[in-house]
Amino acid sequence: MADQVPLSMTVNGRTRRGMGEPRLTLADFLREQALCTGVHLGCEHGVCGSCTVLMDGEAVRSCLLFAVQAEGADITTVEGLAPDDETLHPVQEAFRDCHGLQCGFCTPGFVVSVAAFLEANPDPSDDEIRHGIAGNLCRCTGYQGIVAATRQAAAVLKGEGQ
Amino acid sequence: MADVVSLLAEHGDDAKPLAGGQSLVPLLAMRLTRFEHIVDLNRVDELFGVTADNGGVRIAAMTRQAAVETDATVADRVPLLHLATPHIGHFQIRNRGTIGGSVAHADPASEYPAVMLALDGTAEIASASGTREVPAAEFFESTFMTAVAPDELLVALRFSAWDQPAGFAFDEIARRSGDFALAGAAVGIGTDAAGRINRAAVGMLGVGPIPLRASSVEAALIGLAAADADPHEIGRLAADDMDPIGDVHASADYRRRAGSTLVGRILASALAQLTQEAGNG
Repeated sequence: MADQVPLSMTVNGRTRRGMGEPRLTLADFLREQALCTGVHLGCEHGVCGSCTVLMDGEAVRSCLLFAVQAEGADITTVEGLAPDDETLHPVQEAFRDCHGLQCGFCTPGFVVSVAAFLEANPDPSDDEIRHGIAGNLCRCTGYQGIVAATRQAAAVLKGEGQ
Repeated sequence: MADVVSLLAEHGDDAKPLAGGQSLVPLLAMRLTRFEHIVDLNRVDELFGVTADNGGVRIAAMTRQAAVETDATVADRVPLLHLATPHIGHFQIRNRGTIGGSVAHADPASEYPAVMLALDGTAEIASASGTREVPAAEFFESTFMTAVAPDELLVALRFSAWDQPAGFAFDEIARRSGDFALAGAAVGIGTDAAGRINRAAVGMLGVGPIPLRASSVEAALIGLAAADADPHEIGRLAADDMDPIGDVHASADYRRRAGSTLVGRILASALAQLTQEAGNG
C-alpha cells in the first residue's frame, strides 16, 4: 500500500481537503470525502459517463482521473450546477419537463455533459445533440426524452442570454 | 521533462507514463495491467502545444485531442488530423485524451496512428541519453507495441504540410458513435498543376494488428488524372492490403469487405475536393 497523500481542490465553490492513496480516483474522492454522491459510478472504466464532472470548466470522466491529478483544480459536480437549493439548473428543469430520466442513475452524468455541451454549442441541431450525448449511456429512456430535454435547455439558455 | 526521463530510466518496466489516461486508466481499473509507478505527465508544460515547424507542425505529446481539433495551424497544415479527431471517443474523452497518448498506446483501431502512418509523420522520442526521431513506418511494431522503449518518452509528433493541390478525407465504421472503429481510413491525394495524381497516402485502422497502409491503392492512384480516377474500383484493392481479425464485433471477412468499400468512399471524397478545387481555379 502506498502512503496517503494530502489532497486539496475546489468542489462546487468550496475548498475540500482530504487524504488518499495516489491511486484513489477523483470519482471516489468526490463521493467518499467531498460527499458529492451525485457523482455516480456505473462502469468505472470510462464508458458510461455517469461520473462526468466539470474540471476547470471541461466535462471529464472522474473515474479516469486520479484525485491527485485534480490538485488545485476547480471541480463542479451535478450538485454544483444549480444556483441554490430552491432552483434547478435549466438543464435539470428540462430533464424533468421532458421525461429525460426514468431510474435516474445516469442522469447526473447526462446533466453535467449536456450543460458543458450547450456551453460549447449553444444552438445545436438534432444531429449535433445526438452526437453530444453519445458519451453517456442510459438504459431506460431510449434517449428521445433526453434529446428533447437538451433541445429545451438550449432554447431556455439562449433566451436567458439575450 | 528531465525529471520524467530520469524517473523512467530509474524504474524502466516498472514505470508507465500517464498521459490523458483515457486508455491506461481503464486498463488499470480492469486489472489488465499494473505498474509499481505511474509517472503523470499532466503538469509537464513542455509537453503541451502546437508549433509551426519548417512548413509543417510539431505537436507536443500531451496536446489534448480537443486542442488538436480546434487548432488553426493543424487545420491548415495537416487537415487529416483535424478531420480524424472528432471520430475519437466522445468530447469528454477528447478533453483529456492526448495525441501522444493515442499514438504511444498504439491501438490498431485508433485514429491518430493511421493518420501518422498515412502522412509519414515522425515521432520525437526522448530518454536520459538524448532524443531520437522515428518515422511512422518504423514506429508501430505490433498491437500496443511501439518503438518507444520503457525508459523512453514520446515527446512530440511532426507532420509536414503538403505544398501542392490536395484533397483529404477521413472516415470510419463503428457500431455506435464513439466506439472503436471496425474499419476506417485516412486518405490524402495530391496532384501536380495539371491535375495528375503524384502523391497518394492511405492509412487504414481496425483492419490489422497495427495501422496499415493501403499500398495497392496508393500505387493504383499514382499517375491518374484526378478527374478520371474511379475511387470505388480502386478502393476495392484495399482488401488485399488488410490483415483483419474477426471478433465479437465483426468477422474478418466483414471488416475486409466493409473496409474496402469505405476506402472507396473516402477516396471519392478526397478526389471530389481536388476536382472542386481545380474547377474553382
